[in-house]
Amino acid sequence: MKYYDKLIFELSREGRSGYSLPENKFGHCLKELPKALRRPAAPELPKVSEIDVVRHYTNLSQMNFGVDTGFYPLGSCTMKYNPKINEEIAALPGFNGLHPLQPEATVAGAKAVYEGMDKALAAITGMAGFTFMPCAGAHGELTGLMIIREYHRRRGDTARTKIIVPDSAHGTNPASAAVCGLEVVEVKSNANGLVDVEALKPLLGPEVAGIMMTNPNTLGLFEKDIKEIAALVHECGGLLYYDGANMNPLLGVVRPGDMGFDVMHLNLHKTFSTPHGGGGPGSGPVGVAKHLVDILPDVKVSGFNGNFGVILRAYAYILMLGRENVKLAGKYATLSANYIKESLKDCYKLPIPSVCKHEFVYDGLIDDGASKAPDGHGATTLDVAKRLLDFGFHAPTIYFPLLFHQALMIEPTETESKETLDDFIEVMRKIAAEAAENPMILRDAPHCTPIRRPDETTAARNPILKYQDSICE
Amino acid sequence: MGTFAYFPHTDEDIRLMLERIGAGSLDELYGDVPRDFVFKGEYNLPEAMSEQQVRDFFSALEAKNTKLKVFVGAGAYDHYTPSVIPYITSRSEFLTAYTPYQAEISQGTLRYIFEYQSVICSLTGMDVSNASMYDGPTAAAEAVRMILACTKKKTRVLLSKGLLPNVQKVVETYSKFHGDQIDYIDLEGGLTSLESLKKELAAGDVAGIIVPAVNRYGIIEDYSGFADAVHEAGGVVVEYCDPSALAVIKTPADWGFDIAVGDGQPLGIPLCFGGPYVGFMACRKDYVRKMPGRIVGQTTDSEGRCFVLTLQAREQHIRREKATSNICSNESLMALFVTVYASLMGAEGLKKVNCLSFSGAHYLYEELLKTGKFAPVFDAPFLKEFVLKPLVPVEKLQKKLLEGGYFAALQTEEGYVSFCVTEKHGKEEIDALVELVKEVEQ
Repeated sequence: MKYYDKLIFELSREGRSGYSLPENKFGHCLKELPKALRRPAAPELPKVSEIDVVRHYTNLSQMNFGVDTGFYPLGSCTMKYNPKINEEIAALPGFNGLHPLQPEATVAGAKAVYEGMDKALAAITGMAGFTFMPCAGAHGELTGLMIIREYHRRRGDTARTKIIVPDSAHGTNPASAAVCGLEVVEVKSNANGLVDVEALKPLLGPEVAGIMMTNPNTLGLFEKDIKEIAALVHECGGLLYYDGANMNPLLGVVRPGDMGFDVMHLNLHKTFSTPHGGGGPGSGPVGVAKHLVDILPDVKVSGFNGNFGVILRAYAYILMLGRENVKLAGKYATLSANYIKESLKDCYKLPIPSVCKHEFVYDGLIDDGASKAPDGHGATTLDVAKRLLDFGFHAPTIYFPLLFHQALMIEPTETESKETLDDFIEVMRKIAAEAAENPMILRDAPHCTPIRRPDETTAARNPILKYQDSICE
Repeated sequence: MGTFAYFPHTDEDIRLMLERIGAGSLDELYGDVPRDFVFKGEYNLPEAMSEQQVRDFFSALEAKNTKLKVFVGAGAYDHYTPSVIPYITSRSEFLTAYTPYQAEISQGTLRYIFEYQSVICSLTGMDVSNASMYDGPTAAAEAVRMILACTKKKTRVLLSKGLLPNVQKVVETYSKFHGDQIDYIDLEGGLTSLESLKKELAAGDVAGIIVPAVNRYGIIEDYSGFADAVHEAGGVVVEYCDPSALAVIKTPADWGFDIAVGDGQPLGIPLCFGGPYVGFMACRKDYVRKMPGRIVGQTTDSEGRCFVLTLQAREQHIRREKATSNICSNESLMALFVTVYASLMGAEGLKKVNCLSFSGAHYLYEELLKTGKFAPVFDAPFLKEFVLKPLVPVEKLQKKLLEGGYFAALQTEEGYVSFCVTEKHGKEEIDALVELVKEVEQ
């Protein structure tokens, strides 16, 4: 990847433009607006021709890595292949051109998409019904927690203001709970990386609204005590929330509804193959058990109908999968993860050796080469991640979960071939050998990317957050 | 096992992989899952379709929708999307990338977000923009918590009744669960009332207010005196804006406000039945550490200028329950729509878009009044959207328009009907709409 160092603002030339608009035939003009309401000076925007825009963004795109570029073993992110038919469906003008407030009779096709998805997701998860309003996973969590609070409120049980969250949970769980006005109570993991049932028991009581669980959890481990946990939480009057970020290994194998979960969200941009778009748009539909379906319409968390364009893509994926292939998706994801896990445990510390689901965690290098470094510091997980970039792989998720200091969290997904996994394994071995021999190769990595490691400290200390700030420098 | 286009596993691969793992079968990998939780039934899903069948399936659904000439706004505006936008935004390097945490291989995403932040700051006049939020209404809802974080001892946030109904509803939903007290500022003559605001401010507990730049009736608000009143009372002012309109009307900065939120949809994003759109949030420099969401900043590597995600100590993956928000994934790709759109249009193009919309809307307004089927409601300046009082039954009016292929005359709570005109609608289309209206009987 080559480096291209321009901002669109820097291409600006007086007298250029990139738009084409019709003539004004109405005989009105903005000057008719009172001066007191008009903008005194025009906004500073680029003045560029169409070709400038096309070349600029094409050049920018070439400094980016996507799923279509290469392997993305990013733990808890489920970077699976994004099928191209999905894009074609989402771009159909008969969907793309619909106004969200159009009369019911003129949007029957769009409604059918929601109904079809509702049924399909219910079948896959064992929940009774879904709301499609949430625009991302964290948004789904917040919506699900609102539903839990509303359930207790309707029963007149307003004392339930605490939510239990395992220490291995995604950061969004406690953050969503806080936004929902709930107090977070952390439950510890046991030595096997699972929720400690004995530690959970004393936390339960009449103030508990529920528990948020990720199953398999962020170590990729199936919470096998879930039956007992569900019984305990329900017994104390709380509800169970399922964080669907890690749904992929259960796709086609286990349904959250059958495990006793009352509320869950799905990330359509993970489990259901829609592209991440550099950080969104996603979609985080929330499913609920039968006794909570009535609450769904009362939780209005976004402007219109949620991210319809994303929902369309996911529906196309589900129809391609069908009832046969859905049963293989989760299993293949699990197979791939275990395959990598077993292939590298002689070079990377494997703190939890048991069978994993879609992802697993190494705790850094076995030999970090500290003795070979001039300053006595070996290569860290960050260094391994950066070195991977040189070999054309995206880095795994690093330093998460917080349970291990050198966490390196790997999730390969079911859409990668054995050859790709073998290439990755080979490179990871090579990196481990480099570390043992000369850790400085890793500590100075990446060497072959468009930029070297950026200075993050200065970025935060002296924030330059827009073009106008940068020219004042 | 049959083959499937998205699963590259051959029987041989599976065998070899299981061998390395030391497992006898795929099912054995689920040995830790209690048996009664493994789903044994048939999934109630259709049989797998071929790609062509999927295409036919959606073509059939698409045909059940009616593509209308859209003369309604109410938070989703039918502006033209230049062809460069889908061309660029569908490039897989942008489309299939993850959040740019690995800056070394994400300079494309980071750079366009930095440009997006610059565009939003230019349009709003604010110092700092975040990298995007879900949509306009959720940005407003997040602004409530930001207001309260900026003014620790005050407890109440006021919303103008002129905000779009869906914005009010989403703010109410978030606030109800977070436990924030929301009250309203009344309207007078279709405009947010300074008098009503002052009455509320007198209570001394107002942390801030959210007011629309262009309100639910399409009226451009005059906020002379608002910033001073709220600031004197120790509060913060948030303006909910249509960023396209901000190219020609006074910005929140011009009014002396502190935070700008809204939906970027009018900047090149297709209607798409309500989403994906993109919420934006921008603020004065002093408030940046209270702002939710990701932010991209400029820095250097050993070679020179580059870009990174910065000020992450505000975010959920670092602060967990103490974060400024729970937002993680946002609407990054939609921010690219906005950035490409703003680059193509420039200030001049945006001004022309507004001028065409304004002119078309005023032409329609006059022509509709001439039909004698409407009475004016407010005597206040509007941009591209307006309301009228229908003198004919609304159902008949809407039915007639619909038969003619128009989505127009959306009924408001008060029984008015609203219209919106953008640059996409030429004079012929408007004239034909007016002809249909003339045929509506009592």
